[in-house]
Amino acid sequence: MKSSLIKSTVIFLGLFFLYFPILVLIFYSFNENKRVMVWKGFSLRWYTELFNNEQIIEAFIISIKIAALSATFATILGVMIGYSLVRIRKIPFKSFYIFLSSTPLVLPELILGLSMLLFFISLNNVIGFPSSRGQLTIFISHVTFCIAFVAIIIQARLTDFNKNIEEAAMDLGYNYTKVLYKITLPIILPSIIAGWLLAFTISLDDLVVASFTTGPGANTLPIVVFSKVRLGLSPEVNALSAILMFALIIIGLFYFYFNKKFKH
Amino acid sequence: MKNKLFEKYFVFSPYFWLVLFFFIPLAIIFKISISVSEWGMPPYQNIFLFDNGFKINTTFENYVYIFSDFYYIGSFVNSLILALISTFFCLLIGFPLAFYIATSNIRLRNILLVLVVIPFWSSFLLRVYAWKIILQNNGILNVILLNLGITSEPLQLLYNQYAVIMGIVYTYLPLMILPLYGYLNKFDLNLIEASKDLGLNRFKTFFKVILPLSAPGIVAGSLLVFIPVVGEFIIPEMLGGSDRLYYGKILWEEFFVNRNWPGASALAFSGIIILVLPIVIFQILYSRFSQKNEI
Repeated sequence: MKSSLIKSTVIFLGLFFLYFPILVLIFYSFNENKRVMVWKGFSLRWYTELFNNEQIIEAFIISIKIAALSATFATILGVMIGYSLVRIRKIPFKSFYIFLSSTPLVLPELILGLSMLLFFISLNNVIGFPSSRGQLTIFISHVTFCIAFVAIIIQARLTDFNKNIEEAAMDLGYNYTKVLYKITLPIILPSIIAGWLLAFTISLDDLVVASFTTGPGANTLPIVVFSKVRLGLSPEVNALSAILMFALIIIGLFYFYFNKKFKH
Repeated sequence: MKNKLFEKYFVFSPYFWLVLFFFIPLAIIFKISISVSEWGMPPYQNIFLFDNGFKINTTFENYVYIFSDFYYIGSFVNSLILALISTFFCLLIGFPLAFYIATSNIRLRNILLVLVVIPFWSSFLLRVYAWKIILQNNGILNVILLNLGITSEPLQLLYNQYAVIMGIVYTYLPLMILPLYGYLNKFDLNLIEASKDLGLNRFKTFFKVILPLSAPGIVAGSLLVFIPVVGEFIIPEMLGGSDRLYYGKILWEEFFVNRNWPGASALAFSGIIILVLPIVIFQILYSRFSQKNEI
């Protein structure tokens, strides 16, 4: 009896700690007052202003575009890595392959961002491309560090599932490619979708790497938001937060749905 | 024959991308970190000179410069201490939470796990921003403290290292809970009962049974929090004050403000060596020795 009380208390306090700041943010987004902290009354004023703020809308569109594209590329390459690591025996310099595909998971974003920027500058000095940084360079950087997250999900899924199905299909005369496209990929499809969603969210949320690799005409949403709240508070950002948190949490729920679909 | 071609395509497409866009950039950081700095664009000399025959033009001056100046060393130490304290608090909050979630019944367990991880999906930047609102002088925490009579005037809660720790623990907590839960979930709860039956008290059960069994989870979670926190830039920038300088900030300013590319590269490369390499080596050894891969 006593221990179950402690248990409920710990879980309640933990969840309270995790959700309280989010609720505070949503609460203040309905504040009429321009001074964020002084409550004046309930209003949707900042939501209206948000939708009329061209800078934020434009940044949002750029971010979604980059996130969708880089998630797609990262998913294709990540699936290839996950598949290679579990199913393909001969990988030249396998330790190096593992190093390349797992280090971006732990490397501080700042170091990654700096290395990408210096790479693009050096590349430009050598071959004259990319002449200026912008959406393309952010896209390349995001693909590079999202690959690792997809790869780890796919690797886990492939390690889980029974190889016999693939072998049975081979025995029945399917060739290698056909097994992959007709058996393996459909089975791991939920994990592929989960990987895409994760990569999409990571790209959408990234500030540090994008700050390094951005250029004229490529202010992503986090860059704009950061410039607004670095030194103070912004009622428009409050409204944006409420919408974005809601949307991202929905994406998160989809991720769980797909990632757990075939686990018992 | 066909299979071979197909395998090559699968292995080498990502291989090519990662060598080009991940390994070469890291190599470039190293190259610039051993280049001689100069005024100009780019602000460093080439490491290969061809004017009077071939000459290699490298220097370790940038490393000497960093490692002999307390400004840089001090900031790095500040970051390590910050990461250590934050990891400790994440563990302190995360362990009981993970433990109680893992010992709940299976339906509740999945719901709780999703509830714990979902905030992690919402924007990182906005979650840090939320703490900026909470910790304002006229923010909700000060209002509560004033009303409870704990303090008679608003406390300066924002723009110091405690606010930074708060923000970090909050944003990184799910990264600690997930691997902990992963390991706690796996082990047999009957072991706890067994240890109680054998006469071990709660205290001993915890230290002799639960802790050793969840050790890999503790290590994994701690690494997932510790390493990125050492390089953390946004949270100190949003919630921190001028009382402490951290590695991320120094690296940022060395590059964008001082325009010292070789110095910034030396800082970044030192960071890679000190933080990342030990873990990568550990991971490669681990995956070699363990028969079954797990995550």
